[in-house]
Amino acid sequence: MYAFAYQKPATVAEAVKLLSADPEAKALAGGMTYIPVLKQRLARPSAVVDLSGLGLAGIGVSGGVVTIGAMTTHAAVAASAEVRRAIPALAALAGGIGDNEVRHRGTIGGSLANDDPTADYPAAVLALGATLRTDRRTIAADGYFQGMFTTALEPGEIITAVAFPVPEKAGYAKFPNPASRYAMVGVFVARGPQGVRVAVTGAGQGGVFRHTAMEKALEKSWSADALAGVATPAEGLNADLHGSAEYRAHLVGVMARRALAAAG
Amino acid sequence: MPQVSLTVNGKRHTVEVETRTLLVELLREKLGLTGTHVGCDTSQCGACVVHVDGTSVKSCTFLAVQADGASVTTIEGLAAADGTLHPMQAAFREHHALQCGFCTPGMVMSAIDLVNSHKERMSEAEIRHGLEGNLCRCTGYHNIVKAVAAAQEVMHGRAQAAE
Repeated sequence: MYAFAYQKPATVAEAVKLLSADPEAKALAGGMTYIPVLKQRLARPSAVVDLSGLGLAGIGVSGGVVTIGAMTTHAAVAASAEVRRAIPALAALAGGIGDNEVRHRGTIGGSLANDDPTADYPAAVLALGATLRTDRRTIAADGYFQGMFTTALEPGEIITAVAFPVPEKAGYAKFPNPASRYAMVGVFVARGPQGVRVAVTGAGQGGVFRHTAMEKALEKSWSADALAGVATPAEGLNADLHGSAEYRAHLVGVMARRALAAAG
Repeated sequence: MPQVSLTVNGKRHTVEVETRTLLVELLREKLGLTGTHVGCDTSQCGACVVHVDGTSVKSCTFLAVQADGASVTTIEGLAAADGTLHPMQAAFREHHALQCGFCTPGMVMSAIDLVNSHKERMSEAEIRHGLEGNLCRCTGYHNIVKAVAAAQEVMHGRAQAAE
């Protein structure tokens, strides 16, 4: 690691001020991606602003909305009785990220700010039509994800919480890379206040995306059978040593059917 | 340089570190606690797992400054003062859950947190899922899982410790 200054502000306003005043300063959430990035000298921040002292961890459910503080760990979401009751698919997704030790540190806000194209949370946020709250505004999921590692966040903007409308039905299935446990393909299906939404992570070159052909089919009939004949073009999907674009396109269909089975 | 005050295995320490010092470096190089191993150095193998405030974490992916004010337990802090092994250590010995031993400290630390956070009896599949963050290159997983299955009975008072 290159040397950096370490700051641990006590308020969101102070953190925003530190990050806005110095374009080379970077925010640190759980650090499960960023500390490895620092160790490999892929980044050279002037300062690391630790967000763990801002009081942004916690889960609340009211009025049909599950609100999860940005610094809430994956382990806390997975174990939350409230999340398990309201959106069991979200708790299950959180319980399948990385491994136990990663889940103890990694946070929902950190995952969404990083927007890794193979991360799990973007699929849930997009399919459930969640809203991201930041220090200055709210951002709808549809306008938030802008390509791999690219989001609508402005420099110095900090996610404070994510609000998920409770769906009638939701399910998630992923095919994890056997070594890294990141999603080769992950599909989240949801039927709720915003209609049927299907989001695919891991597969697209541009990061998470909505599968509108599947959404139309599932609007007509919420069943795995309805997906028969719905094509997933290989164009625009990732191809690497783990699998071709055609293989990933095939997996999208398989994972969507499994997600539907999980949703019931 | 910043100072970090933390409790390690019950003993208070105040240590001067660089902001880029990792917790595992603090433990091994500043405090001489070399039971915590560095295997992959890329957050995958779990040889460096310790407990911070009772929760298992990878100490190679944790800045020492983040541990300020924390209570850390390493493999050296498990056995009683008279040498009596922790039930998880005893189960690893009883079930031959180690070959070369390199992954063992991390396995034991992960397994203890796993059992502590599951009061209900875990199935073999649940134990394997819970230990996904720990790699054993001797591929001795089978006996490790057996040891954890046995230790959970002792730790939750359903059976006596192995002699």
